[in-house]
Amino acid sequence: MPVGLYIHIPFCRGKCPYCDFYSVLPSKGIIDRYADCICSHLKEHSDRRFDTVYFGGGSPSLTRAKNIARMIECANLYGNPEITVECNPSDCGESGFDFEKAASAGVNRISLGMQSAVDSERKTLGRRADAGDVLNAVKRAQSAGIDNISLDLMLGTPGQNSESLKRSVDFCFSSGAKHISAYILKIEEGTRFFRIKDKLSLPDDDETADLYLKCVELIEENGMKQYEISNFAFQGFESRHNLKYWHCEQYLGLGPAAHSFIDGRRFYYERNLEEYMKNPTAVPDGEGGSFEEYAMLALRLTEGLQNSKVKERFNFDIPAEIFENAKRFEQNGLIKICDDTISLTAKGFLVSNAVIGSLII
Amino acid sequence: MAVSKDKIRNFSIIAHIDHGKSTLADRLLELTKSVALRDMTEQILDDMDLERERGITIKAHAVKLDYTAQDGEVYELNLIDTPGHVDFNYEVSRSLAACEGAILVVDATQGIEAQTLANTYLALDHDLEVVPVINKIDLPSAMPDEVANEIEDVIGLDCSVAPRVSAKTGLNVEQVLERIVQDIPAPTGNDSAPLRALIFDSVYDSYRGVIVYVRIMDGKIKAGDTMKMMQTGAAFTVVEVGYMRAQSMEPAEELCAGEVGYITASIKTVRDANVGDTVTLATNPALEPLPGYRSVLPMVFCGVYPADGNDYEALRDALEKLRLNDAALSFEPETSGVLGFGFRCGFLGLLHLEIIQERLEREYDLDLVTTIPSVIYKIHMTDGSVIEIDNPTHYPNPANIDFCEEPFTNAHIYSPAEYVGTIMDLCQTRRGIFKGMDYITKDRVDILYELPLNEIIYDFFDSLKSRTRGYASFDYEICDYRRSNLVKLDVLLNGDVIDALSFIIHSDMAYGKARKIAERLKDNIPRQMFEIPVQVAIGGKVIARETIKAMRKDVLAKCYGGDITRKKKLLEKQKEGKKRMRSFGSVEVPQEAFMAVLKLDDNN
Repeated sequence: MPVGLYIHIPFCRGKCPYCDFYSVLPSKGIIDRYADCICSHLKEHSDRRFDTVYFGGGSPSLTRAKNIARMIECANLYGNPEITVECNPSDCGESGFDFEKAASAGVNRISLGMQSAVDSERKTLGRRADAGDVLNAVKRAQSAGIDNISLDLMLGTPGQNSESLKRSVDFCFSSGAKHISAYILKIEEGTRFFRIKDKLSLPDDDETADLYLKCVELIEENGMKQYEISNFAFQGFESRHNLKYWHCEQYLGLGPAAHSFIDGRRFYYERNLEEYMKNPTAVPDGEGGSFEEYAMLALRLTEGLQNSKVKERFNFDIPAEIFENAKRFEQNGLIKICDDTISLTAKGFLVSNAVIGSLII
Repeated sequence: MAVSKDKIRNFSIIAHIDHGKSTLADRLLELTKSVALRDMTEQILDDMDLERERGITIKAHAVKLDYTAQDGEVYELNLIDTPGHVDFNYEVSRSLAACEGAILVVDATQGIEAQTLANTYLALDHDLEVVPVINKIDLPSAMPDEVANEIEDVIGLDCSVAPRVSAKTGLNVEQVLERIVQDIPAPTGNDSAPLRALIFDSVYDSYRGVIVYVRIMDGKIKAGDTMKMMQTGAAFTVVEVGYMRAQSMEPAEELCAGEVGYITASIKTVRDANVGDTVTLATNPALEPLPGYRSVLPMVFCGVYPADGNDYEALRDALEKLRLNDAALSFEPETSGVLGFGFRCGFLGLLHLEIIQERLEREYDLDLVTTIPSVIYKIHMTDGSVIEIDNPTHYPNPANIDFCEEPFTNAHIYSPAEYVGTIMDLCQTRRGIFKGMDYITKDRVDILYELPLNEIIYDFFDSLKSRTRGYASFDYEICDYRRSNLVKLDVLLNGDVIDALSFIIHSDMAYGKARKIAERLKDNIPRQMFEIPVQVAIGGKVIARETIKAMRKDVLAKCYGGDITRKKKLLEKQKEGKKRMRSFGSVEVPQEAFMAVLKLDDNN
C-alpha cells in the first residue's frame, strides 16, 4: 500500500504573529544541508512507496526549487502522485520560487498562504506580500502548468467582517484557484497574538461563527464544495494528501515536528532542527487507527462516518448508541443522519469538538 | 493533690480576634512551666489547624496551671478557653458560668472591639470579675493610655493596675498572673453538699469514650461513683477523674467543689454529656440542676452532597466521626433529583456550617456540593395541622397552606457610630424591625433589630463586615416565630426544576432575588449545544427568565499536519472537564454556577 509523505521545511524569514508551527530563521547554507539530510533520511525509507508528497512549513518556498526536486527524486514515488508545495506569496516574485523547475520535478499542486485578500488584514497578520503579489504568484504557478492551486483564508481575524470576507472569497475565485482552505484563527499559546490578545479587536465567538457560515455559503455559491471542516474544492481537486489524515490512512512525516502514522503506530520528531539533522529520533506517540480515532477524523469530513466503510475496516457496525446520540444533534441541525451515515452540517462543524466529543470519546 | 479552695482561680480570656488571646495563653503556660519550652509551638491551645487559620477558637478547652505567686503560695489556676463566635454563644455562656473571673485582653493599637464588648457584658452578667489587660504595647502604634481610658469609659473597669503587656515578647505577662490571684475571687461551694458539676465541654476520644469537662460547683466526685446527668437522666459509672494539663491528662483521686477537671465514664456519644447539663451522683442526688441549661438545637439546615456520588459512604463516615464530637451537628440521609444521595445537615448557624464543610473537605478530603441554607418554617395547613420544614423540597402545595411562620431573632449589632446608616440600610433590606439604639460611648453603638433568621443565615455577617470595614459585629438569639408571607422559589433549567436550588423566601424579596439568580446562572453556565431557558418560578408562575444561548464555536479548524494525537487529547480533556459538571437532564452545570447562586448576596 502506498503511503503519504510529509516533508516539513522548518524555515521562515520571520514569524507570523499567529503561527505556532515550528520554524527557524535559515542560516547560510542550512537549507541545502537540510535537503541533503532529508534525502538521506528518505533513502532509509526506500521500502515505502509514496502516492502523495506534501512540502509544508515553515516556508517551503524559501527552498530553491532545485532542493525540492532533489528531495522528490529521493522519494520512492508510486503511480500518479499528488505533490504539493506550500508557498508564501512573498517568496514567489520573479526572482523567487522557480515554479517551472518545480513543475518539471513533478510538483503539481501549490498551496498559497494568502490568509486574506484585504491588504490591511494581511498586514495585521504579519504577511508581507500584498494582494497583487498573491495574484502574481498564482499566475506564475499557472503559467508553469500548475493548475491545482489552493489558497488559504483565515477567519475571525482582527478587523474582519462579512464584507471584507466576501472580497477575499471573490479574489480566490477570480484568481482561478481550485481549492480553498479557510481556517478559523486560533490564538495559540507562545505566539505574539497570544501575548497581545486583549489588544486585538478579535471578533467574538458569535461573530466568528457567522463569518464561518458566511464563508461556507459564499464558497459554495461559487461552485466549490466543502469536504472538510476547513477545506473546499471544485470537484476532483480535493487534497489527496490531507484526505489521508482524515481517512486515518498511513503517512510518513520527515523533519522536526513532523508526525507519522505507519503500521499502526504514531510517532513524531522533536521540534529541534539541529537534533534532527544530527540524529533523527522518532518519539513514539502511541497506537493509532482505533475506531474512535477513525470516527473522530471521519466526522471532520462532509462525507461523514459511513457504516459500510466502518464495517469494511473494522468488521463491525457503528455502535447503535452513536446513532442514538447523534439524533439529539439532528434535532438542532448540527448533524445529518442519512441511511447508514452520520455527518456534521456546517453549523455542526463549528461546534465539532463538543459534538464529536459527546458522540465518540 | 487538691489544694485548698482559696488557692483556686477559675478564669476565661475574652478577646477580639487577633487581639492576642492565644498568644497570651501560651505565655501563661510558659510562665507556669506547664509546657516545656522546647514543646512550645505557636499557640498551643488552638490545636485544630482550622482554628489557627481562622484565628478563632471553635471548641472550648481548659487547662490547669500551677502558679507560685509573689506571696510564696502555690495557686491552682484553671484557664477555660471559650469559643469566639455568635453561633457558639451558648457554649461561651456555659464556659463563663464555670469561672469566677475573666481576663479582658484589649489590643493597645485597636481599642475595644464590639465583639469583645458582647462577651464582656456576658461575663459581667455572670458576675465575673473582669481583669483588663492591655496587650501589644511593643508595637509602635500602641496607645495604652488612650485604650485604658476607653476601657474605663466604656465598660467602667478600673485600669489603674491593668497590666500592660506584650504577649508576643512576654513583657509584663507575669503581672497578669498576679492580678488573677489578687483580683479574681476563689470559688465557693460546699464539698459535702450533693454533687453539682457543670459540663462546659465534652470531647470524644476513641480510647476513653467521651471526656467530660466539668466545673464542680458543690460536692465531690471520684472513680467508681455512679454519676447521673440531670437533664438527660443518663447514668454512668465513673472510670476516672482528673485535671487537664497542657499536654496530658493527670488522674486524681477526686474532684472537689471549686475545681475544674475531667470525668471519663465510658460514655459513647457527646449527646449524653451536653454542654450546660449538671452532673450529680445517683446516691444523694442534687435537688435542682444548675441554671442556664439549653438543649442545643440546630437552627440552620442545608443539603450536603458529595461532588462525586461514589463518595457517599465516605461522607457518611466523616459526618459520623464529626458528630461524635459535636452535639450540635445533626444529619440524616436525603435524596435530590439532581444531586443524588446526600445528607440534610443541621447546624447552629452559618459559621458552624462553614466549619463543618471545611473540615469535611480538608480533613476527609471530600469534594462537596451544599445547597442553600434554610431555617425551620412552621407551615399551618388549611386543615389545621402544622408541619415544620427545613427543606424547601418539602414545601407543600400552596393551595393547602393557610399561613406560614418563620423564626425571628433579637439581634444586637455593635459598631462604630459612623456605620449606623449603612447598617440600618442593610437591616432594612433584610426585613429587620428597628427596636432601638444605645450609645455605648459617644462613638460606639449597640443597634437592636428584630431580624428574620432566614435573612441572616448565610451572608448577613459577610455583608455587615464589608459594609463596616470589619468593625461591626453582631450577636443574635432566636426570639419567636412570626407569621410571614413566604413563597417557594423554584429554578428551572431547560424546563426541569433543579430541586437543589429551590428555596423559601419572603414574597417581597422574591422578584429581585429571582432576577439575580437567573442572571447568575446565565453568566456561570457555559454555553451548550442547545439553547437553555433559565427560569425562576413561584409555583407555576415564571417571574424571571434568561436564556443561555447555544454554543456557536468550539472547533479545531486546523488539523495539525498529522498530529492526530494532540487532537484526540484535546477532546479527551474536554470530556474530563465535563465530568466535573453536574448533568441536569440535558444541561451540564459546573460547580461554580452553583456556588454563584448559593453565594448570592446584596453586593452583586
